[in-house]
Amino acid sequence: MNAAPLAKMGLITMEVNLILAGLIGFGFGFMLERAGFGSAHRLVGQWYMRDWSVFKVMFTGVVTALFGVLILDGLGLMSFEALYLNKTYWGAQIIGGLVMGAGFVIGGYCPGTSFVALASGKLDALFYILGMSFGVLVFSEGWGYFETLQNLGSSGRLTLDEWLGLNPWLIAVVLLLVAVIGYRLTTALENKLKQ
Amino acid sequence: MEVLEKTMNGMTASENEHEVKRQPYWPNWAAGVGLGLILLAAFYIAGRGLGGSGALSRATGVVLHTVMTEHAESLDYFSRYYRGEYWMNDWLVFQMIGVFLGGLFGALTAGRFGKSVDKGESITNSQRFWYAFLGGGLMGWGARLARGCTSGQALSGGATLAAGSWAFMLALFLGGFATAYFIRGMWK
Repeated sequence: MNAAPLAKMGLITMEVNLILAGLIGFGFGFMLERAGFGSAHRLVGQWYMRDWSVFKVMFTGVVTALFGVLILDGLGLMSFEALYLNKTYWGAQIIGGLVMGAGFVIGGYCPGTSFVALASGKLDALFYILGMSFGVLVFSEGWGYFETLQNLGSSGRLTLDEWLGLNPWLIAVVLLLVAVIGYRLTTALENKLKQ
Repeated sequence: MEVLEKTMNGMTASENEHEVKRQPYWPNWAAGVGLGLILLAAFYIAGRGLGGSGALSRATGVVLHTVMTEHAESLDYFSRYYRGEYWMNDWLVFQMIGVFLGGLFGALTAGRFGKSVDKGESITNSQRFWYAFLGGGLMGWGARLARGCTSGQALSGGATLAAGSWAFMLALFLGGFATAYFIRGMWK
């Protein structure tokens, strides 16, 4: 019998869950700061290929959490099935991703890191956050026009292993290899540029 | 805007030095593993991943509903944000307060806290503020379209092997590389 996720198994109350949300957020913000992601210069360096920290930190984080999920699921300590899974909307996610990539380079941050930047005293992050709020407002005002786009390419609950017909462990191992090789290659690239 | 710019003129990173000596960033792998473990804790405890844009969307909805109630209620999309039953959004609000405090704690203990504007040398502060607003706008709009941002889609969706989230991640990097070329003067 799986004991986790704790909140979904009714093992913690909503109040405790919200307090833990604050603590998890604290750890998240702290890690982003230590990664150097309170700096727009460092973040934007990714798209000019001088600093690959965004790729390296993000990929390391994803692979770490993925192995954690698979191990806990395998040991029967946490149900993978019970985790919230983003539904797939190919069109919306690809178009949204492209637009957000542009927003990342122009604005210098992504939503989470902009709060860390603001907490570090970056004034430009405040304007970025106001801009995000405005973007949300535009989306809501134009919902009639954007609704079709938001549901474009709907494939429902779909995981990579289901889509490819492969074992999730195999995908995790491949991603680990991509992470290790990518990490080494991009670090070598950074060192070459520094010379 | 002009007043702000005047106060910011001549301000450089060197003025940010406080009593705490500036610490180096963590190596990428260490920050990445740390981030992954935090994400795993979110899965274990709440059964959901991290979010960067949900809390602000909710705040925007709540503020609009407070100042322009009738108008906000005429917008179908916003109703999810000011109605109470969406506790998941509340989870994100608490998480986001934590992110801000964690970032503040991190900056203070590493000697990186200080008022500054993060920009390329070729643009003015007010130009930077407008670009930040524009970039934030695209990100805010796009995050509603894609149902999440770098945290909710790329990190959390990536770690749960959500197929569309991996497509999102590729698109995000592609969009960034494509745009970077056209605005390369901005970050010099």
